[in-house]
Amino acid sequence: MNPFVYNRAADAADAVRRAAALNAKYLGGGTNLVDLMRETIERPPALVDVTGLSREIAQTPDGGLMIGAATRNTALAEHPLVRERYPLLTRAIVAGASPQIRNMATVGGNLLQRTRCVYFYDDDGARCNKRRPGEGCDAIGGFNRMHAVLGASDACIAVHPSDMCVALAALEAVVHLEGPAGARSLPLTDFHRLPGDRPDLETELAPGELITAVELPPAAVAARSAYRKVRDRASYAFALVSVAAALELEGGLVKDVRLAFGGLAHKPWRAWKAEAALRGNAASADAFAAAADAELADARPRSGNAFKVELARRTLVAVLTDLAGAVA
Amino acid sequence: MNLTVNGVVAALPDDPRVSLLDLLREQLRLPGAKKGCNQGACGACTVLLDGERILSCLTLAVQCEGRSVTTIEGVGAPGALHPLQQAFLEHDGFQCGYCTPGQICSALAMADEIRRGVPSHVTGDLTAETIALDRDELRERMSGNLCRCGAHNGIVEAILETFADQTEQLEAAE
Ligand SMILES: Cc1cc2nc3c(=O)[nH]c(=O)nc-3n(C[C@H](O)[C@H](O)[C@H](O)COP(=O)(O)OP(=O)(O)OC[C@H]3O[C@@H](n4cnc5c(N)ncnc54)[C@H](O)[C@@H]3O)c2cc1C
Ligand code: SF4
Ligand code: FES
Ligand code: FES
Repeated sequence: MNPFVYNRAADAADAVRRAAALNAKYLGGGTNLVDLMRETIERPPALVDVTGLSREIAQTPDGGLMIGAATRNTALAEHPLVRERYPLLTRAIVAGASPQIRNMATVGGNLLQRTRCVYFYDDDGARCNKRRPGEGCDAIGGFNRMHAVLGASDACIAVHPSDMCVALAALEAVVHLEGPAGARSLPLTDFHRLPGDRPDLETELAPGELITAVELPPAAVAARSAYRKVRDRASYAFALVSVAAALELEGGLVKDVRLAFGGLAHKPWRAWKAEAALRGNAASADAFAAAADAELADARPRSGNAFKVELARRTLVAVLTDLAGAVA
Repeated sequence: MNLTVNGVVAALPDDPRVSLLDLLREQLRLPGAKKGCNQGACGACTVLLDGERILSCLTLAVQCEGRSVTTIEGVGAPGALHPLQQAFLEHDGFQCGYCTPGQICSALAMADEIRRGVPSHVTGDLTAETIALDRDELRERMSGNLCRCGAHNGIVEAILETFADQTEQLEAAE
């Protein structure tokens, strides 16, 4: 690990000030950043510890929830209002990592965790456009079973590994930021970027910008919701494919629906096309399959991951069928 | 700049690169917590931080200022074993023993999480106030602690026996 200066921030403004002055990275639970620093893939000259910032989960005037960025993943998953109103979020969080890691990991850090592409981690042995833009990508044509089938580019086919973010994408969460230029907010679905020709730029975060909170708008549709994760072992493994889904029916028709995929893209993938295909139509097995096909028509599998397209299709249909059955 | 380890005050390292695991093992000479992978994948380094299970390999020691760490050395001692340690002996909950300190620290915190009603991936009803510690819950909740010797059956039995007893005692006391 390269040497660095350690600082602790008292509040958000203090964190932003310190980070700008020291050219620092923010430190949450460290479950991703400490690992990447040990591998010398990240070499920040300074860290500003932001785990002392807000970890409050408060109701908003419109009936949603405002979640402080330092909230631990376990605290969010176990919160009574999350379990009651946004069950897919609790389900997504407890499907990720291990209890120890969830006790450490913060909401802000979870959003910004980096890909688990093995070539990205292999600093000495592999070419990676995310680490060194322009160098090439050893995953294309290499071992890419875990990699993207939607929205990838010829520069990078990595996936975003978060489970929590897939549920947040379906819930239309809003990310609140504070930076040297002031405060702003972004929909979570616009927060992460597709790789294009700059896979090193993973989010819309400006240099020095801090995530202060994640806001969940009220979502009646989430009362009936699910998160299903398909992985190589029963627990403690990253997703091959995951689906976050919420479904509201009225008289056998789809009144509202939210769908997002994990494991398929460089960002949590909101399935807008599948949703549009379903809204207002009958909740039937055929409709579910057609919706999945609409979303996956653009899929571009690589040498090792063609199975993901069919797996995603079947997982989506299965989750929707379950939810429709639960509603009926 | 201090932290407390097993009730004893200890100084934090000057170098912020030192992990909590290295502080415990190399500087405080508490070799109970083990370094399996040093990257969050095995759970051998699990310790309790203010009573919650965490991975000491991914925790910077400086992040623990003013906090309280419990390692396996603080759980029990020869001649004064914790009931869970005794149960590991009786059920052959280990072979080489490398994962055992992490398993035991992890299981102690897991029992608290169950009492608190923290849901897991296999919990059926998210709004239920109490969660029963059955084999499926236990296996899922202990999945962050790998055992290369494959002593899982003994581990599961030892934990179930220990905390099933505690549940009964709690109920009897009420
Ligand atoms: C073995 C292992 C298995 C895992 N399995 C899964 C899994 O199955 N599913 C899953 O979803 N995740 C999994 N994870 C990843 C885990 O969820 C993330 O590492 C964690 O959520 C990161 O949060 P953190 O607080 O520890 O972030 P850190 O490691 O502290 O930081 C991560 C990044 O976020 C930045 N950052 C942190 N907080 C802020 C802030 N407030 N504002 C701006 N930037 C910030 C840091 O600078 C850094 O770049 C796994 C991790 C490990 C080690
Ligand atoms: S897929 Fe992306 S992260 Fe992986 S090697 Fe290629 S450029 Fe790097
Ligand atoms: S040594 Fe910490 S998880 Fe393996
Ligand atoms: S007893 Fe050897 S690793 Fe578990």
